Amino acid sequence: MRVVGQPLPKVDAGAKVTGQAVYADDVVLPRTLHCKILRSPHPHARVLSIDTSAARRIPGVRAVITGADLPVKFGILPVTQDERALEHEKVRYVGDPVAAVAADDEETAAAACDAIKVEYEVLEPVMTIEDALRPAKDERIQDYGGPNNIHKLVALEFGDVDGGFARADHVREDVFFFQGTTHLPMEQHSAIAAYVEGRVTLWSSTQVVHYVHRALAKVLELPMNRIRVIGAAHGGGFGGKTDPFAHEIIVCKLAMLTGRPVKCTLTREEVFYAHRGRHPVLMWVRTGATRDGRITSMHFRSALDGGAYGSYGVASTFYTGALQPVTYDLPAYRFEGCRVFTNKPPCGPKRGHGTPQPRFAVELHLDKLAAELGIDPVELKRKNFVQPMSRTVNWLRVTSCGLEECTEKVLEASGYRSRKRTPGHGMGFAISSYLSGAGTAIYWNDMPHSEVQIKVDRGGVTAYCGAMDIGQGSDSVLAAIVAEELGLEPKDVRLVTADTDSTPIDLGSYSSRVTFMAGNAALEAAKKMRAMLVEAVEAGGKKFEDVSFEQASVLAEARFGTLVTAGSYTPPKIAGPYKGSGVGPSPAYSYSACVVDLDADARTGEVHVNKVWIAHDVGRAINPLLVEGQVEGSVYMGLGEALMEEQEFRKGLHKWPSMLEYKSPTFLDMPELETFIVETLDPEGPYGAKEAGQGPLLPVIPAVNAAIHDALGVWIDETPVTPEKIVEAIRRRDKGEPARYGPRAFPQIPYPPVIKVEPPAKDMLVTPSEI
Amino acid sequence: MRRRPAGYAPGLVEQELQREVERTVVTLDVNGRRTPLLLPVHKTLLEVLREDMGLTGTKHGCELGECGTCTVLVDGKPQLSCLVLPLRVEGRAITTIEGMAAGSELHPLQQAFAELGAAQCGYCTPGILLAARSLLEVNPKPSRDEIREALAGNLCRCTGYVKILQAVEQAALTLSLSRNAGEGESIR
Repeated sequence: MRVVGQPLPKVDAGAKVTGQAVYADDVVLPRTLHCKILRSPHPHARVLSIDTSAARRIPGVRAVITGADLPVKFGILPVTQDERALEHEKVRYVGDPVAAVAADDEETAAAACDAIKVEYEVLEPVMTIEDALRPAKDERIQDYGGPNNIHKLVALEFGDVDGGFARADHVREDVFFFQGTTHLPMEQHSAIAAYVEGRVTLWSSTQVVHYVHRALAKVLELPMNRIRVIGAAHGGGFGGKTDPFAHEIIVCKLAMLTGRPVKCTLTREEVFYAHRGRHPVLMWVRTGATRDGRITSMHFRSALDGGAYGSYGVASTFYTGALQPVTYDLPAYRFEGCRVFTNKPPCGPKRGHGTPQPRFAVELHLDKLAAELGIDPVELKRKNFVQPMSRTVNWLRVTSCGLEECTEKVLEASGYRSRKRTPGHGMGFAISSYLSGAGTAIYWNDMPHSEVQIKVDRGGVTAYCGAMDIGQGSDSVLAAIVAEELGLEPKDVRLVTADTDSTPIDLGSYSSRVTFMAGNAALEAAKKMRAMLVEAVEAGGKKFEDVSFEQASVLAEARFGTLVTAGSYTPPKIAGPYKGSGVGPSPAYSYSACVVDLDADARTGEVHVNKVWIAHDVGRAINPLLVEGQVEGSVYMGLGEALMEEQEFRKGLHKWPSMLEYKSPTFLDMPELETFIVETLDPEGPYGAKEAGQGPLLPVIPAVNAAIHDALGVWIDETPVTPEKIVEAIRRRDKGEPARYGPRAFPQIPYPPVIKVEPPAKDMLVTPSEI
Repeated sequence: MRRRPAGYAPGLVEQELQREVERTVVTLDVNGRRTPLLLPVHKTLLEVLREDMGLTGTKHGCELGECGTCTVLVDGKPQLSCLVLPLRVEGRAITTIEGMAAGSELHPLQQAFAELGAAQCGYCTPGILLAARSLLEVNPKPSRDEIREALAGNLCRCTGYVKILQAVEQAALTLSLSRNAGEGESIR
């Protein structure tokens, strides 16, 4: 292959290094009005009245709207349509949008927001998981879900869990807490809408133009063909721009009312409150194992602090349970999950969506189990690795799996096995798996998840796809695939992406799906185009390779007329036969292994990460430069979550809603990093490729905590690991208490009776579908 | 949510807005071109560059001086444009990302950032490129730690900084090779 496998620069690199990439806030339209949103100052309150009359009188104010103007509810999941663009009945977190203004300039819009009088009846806020499990003092946050402020309960059992524990030589239980974190994209969310000829056009910094399109059609009560959503150049998402947002709907409504373009760019403080980030999750896990370290059974419980709205929360809840058997071969597995509503900004998907939390818990739990059994933790884990071409106890289909190879690479390179045991210095090891795209759509349907069209005329090639490049390089992957098939260079391929008017559907940049799904669609379209070109050239008695692309395209256009091909990708139907099986299946899973080397000071609790080794099974690296970039960025973000990042609230207010106070790693905090790309050539991925953007984050966090234990002999069973927690754990150990810091108990949760699911037959074949 | 000025009372802002906004003429020297502008005195350099001069290559991440995204060069030194009032930099040489390439010829830093994948979403890139350029002008052969120190005020959430460090090192090498070859004049 000429293009695939080459470390080529991104196709948009030139625009990005010269400041010419046009992000949503850079879009300038004549007569643009500026929008500001008035948000709730209370975490929980009924809205009694909203008086906008003073705001309307301010010169330069062109429109003021409230919830009465946008009453239709929306939400990313069909089962949780619980949000309004503006809330006129009840606010559920500090920051809930209440009114919006369009004015000639930003200052006037802000002044008009200040002039809006809102009368609230303040309600008792619910701020913790424990609070949410108790009856509400005033009233519940949402009027649906389980008892009290419970949103979702799930209980599933695969195989004979009790029998597995009975068979075990040793059983261990642990409790862990994973703190919530936010995405902190460098770009503040921004959207600008225009209303011309009865059609709305929105440019937005979104990860999924299609979901914004759907939400706009619903709330604005317009047919989808009257709405166009364009993904502007994207300044970072990490999952945080995957929901449709209030400001996107608001600017469209204001543009419709004023007949002028309307722009809204969130302040950094608003971005912290918009959130949809990592759920704080409390976890309990019990595992049984034989004397030689073979797992016989696992029981895992999670309690997710969801914030005020549903967002992706039902999916997040299932994800805290779904992938445990995709990493380790569990003969029997019970999962009980719970998500609660609290009066905080809603949580949703952040890089790894619902899986870094259980990954953290299970990896540390197995480290402790191994220690009790007197087995090296790496060996215990290895004994239980999931195998390629297998089916898990919860019916997930594993095809390619480079877990062994990844593990060997990082152990070898880091010298983990022969490390010197000196106090204050430690190394930790952990593994992970992640999806290459969700196997089922958010709204159930049988249509393709991605579609690509290719047009060739007079030597020019254009590929059209709804996929959104959020910086990960999805445009470059599409160009590489089309170029590979047509005998061109990526720069020869023009791309039109993420525009609901001109591109066919793609479900967007989340769940690590674009390379796999849009990549396969592009491959199909390109192969069809190549076949037409080849046929036309050969009809003239020549070989495709012997003529220029331009000549080939002229011959083909003369022979067939307009040269257009299309390809699409629909994931194989591989979900198991049970309710809730839609979360977890993926056409392929990526695998990673990580070793962290650090120094930790027993006296001050300070941690200094010296080096990280990470190996990632990406199936095939279509562009190794971009794969490395995804892996490096994942490691960085994992280190931030392990050691500093915290989305924490006090009295309903974010404790540190600024980039200075919300600590994230700087140039000075990032350690040396060695990345290994492992290629297992997945049978269904395009050229064998799988995901790279999320999986490598997962093992980093438990590897840090394992290394701290290796250095100091104490377990920090929650994130982030701060010096205070380390010093406290050491103090407890010195007092003769358990040498750990973390949650002491898991709350009583009214899980429903478990749904028992018969595991798939042992000899059930794994047959990759033909692409 | 939004911070209000002390002593705020509804109505005050309305009165404030009805008053004439104080404006002043400021002549800014941006990317080698002097432009006189009539500006409200409170507007930041960031706002003026983006909104009044159409130089949207300068990005913003916080508008509080915390993230480094809006970095521009003033007399060759990195400054956070969100904290600078235009009057303070009148007559001084301001360089934005739009002034970094020589026509369509990329600066070696831009070239290296593109080649080595140092820009993912690209949003922090203009600020980091300018800060790095300032570093290389003062210190043509920086160590990795010196690069880290010089760029520590610029946050990036995509790259883990790895490829940015590599790119700055590669650009330093390119620049030193071209200087040795006596071609330094042609590279800005």
